[in-house]
Amino acid sequence: MVSVSMTVNGRTVSGQCEDRTLLVQFIRENLGLTGTHVGCDTSQCGACVVHVDGKAVKSCTMLAAQADGSEVLTIEGLASGGELHPVQAAFRANHGLQCGFCTPGMIMSAVDMINRHGGKLDEKTVRAELEGNICRCTGYHNIVKAILDAASTMGDGTRVAAQ
Amino acid sequence: MYATNYHRASSVEDAVQLVSGGDEAKFLSGGQTLLPTMKQRLAAPSDLVDLRHVAAMKGISVNGGTIRIGAATTHAEVANSAEIAAACPGLCHLAAHIGDPHVRHMGTIGGSIANNDPAADYPAGLLALNATIVTNTRSISADDFFTGMFDTALEEGELIVAVEITAPAKCGYAKFPNPASRYALTGVFVARQGDGSVRVAVTGAGSDGVFRQAEMEQALASDFSATALDGVSVDDSDLMADIHASSAYRANLVKVMAKRAVTAAG
Repeated sequence: MVSVSMTVNGRTVSGQCEDRTLLVQFIRENLGLTGTHVGCDTSQCGACVVHVDGKAVKSCTMLAAQADGSEVLTIEGLASGGELHPVQAAFRANHGLQCGFCTPGMIMSAVDMINRHGGKLDEKTVRAELEGNICRCTGYHNIVKAILDAASTMGDGTRVAAQ
Repeated sequence: MYATNYHRASSVEDAVQLVSGGDEAKFLSGGQTLLPTMKQRLAAPSDLVDLRHVAAMKGISVNGGTIRIGAATTHAEVANSAEIAAACPGLCHLAAHIGDPHVRHMGTIGGSIANNDPAADYPAGLLALNATIVTNTRSISADDFFTGMFDTALEEGELIVAVEITAPAKCGYAKFPNPASRYALTGVFVARQGDGSVRVAVTGAGSDGVFRQAEMEQALASDFSATALDGVSVDDSDLMADIHASSAYRANLVKVMAKRAVTAAG
């Protein structure tokens, strides 16, 4: 067993878990934050994407122990008060989801993408950057539209940090 | 995943000591291959020694013509390095096309070459660039380092600390990615040194891992252009065949990717 302590969505949390516990298990089972999904469990689908120290990672491919001392941002940490994050709002406005299972990972990837590329984001880049996120419903079209919409709303330098 | 014991190393010495303490301990760098393998129970290390917090293994420096990349440097850091882009742009292109953005935020150059997956990208880059792999005990040339599929010259408990590359005059990388995994179905890295010598390294295609293509090297040394490769025939007898591509298909890809790599090198 290891003791881990990290900041999740701005809140300091700590807990005991097995050394082999994945970050996604810790987030879902220890912290009860079930917005982060497990889709494939083979590091391919991206439903489990969270930000660790400001970078999008697959939380099914990282141990909770590795994240000890880190700042973690999950889908639950994006909205501010009752107001959706611009990327969440853009996914809703553009019908960027159908069943919604991949959506938390898509949105976390989109926020990371916009953080890195800002207003320079174009369709080709969005499609290439979605390499690590699989959606089986939408055909990606509205997801791409939503991300481009959010990127233009947020513009350059509108980095949304962990709350 | 079977149970394991996690340790966080604070220095190279600490990491080497920690790994010698376990029955079947393994270094854990970015973990983008090791953790999925453990989840499938295809690997079951007794102990994992996390290298992500070893400062001496991080960072990129370019001094004159020598590029030094710490072994724990991520693919994203290499892909986005302005210093490497100026000295060896083909390597940035290679790093930018490994896996996906999330994998590139975690996966490291040291982890990739220590694993020496026969379809990984970095082995082709480092072999073509005649890199030196610096470990905690010695320096190993890329020619000696990559010894076969998933096999390297590393001894038990030996740790890669950095990779050193002499900036080439020109270099380029082209890969045909497996559409599902993004591993190279075939990838070719071409590097031309200041003295006109050329090295061509192929990943994804060889049945025993990364290899150099001597005939292409000779053709490109006398004429560094894609058309110089027209007359080269690639023997498919030592190439991989699987559900994704036959060896004959891969042989053709070696040539097509080599031509694209030369064109990319400019």
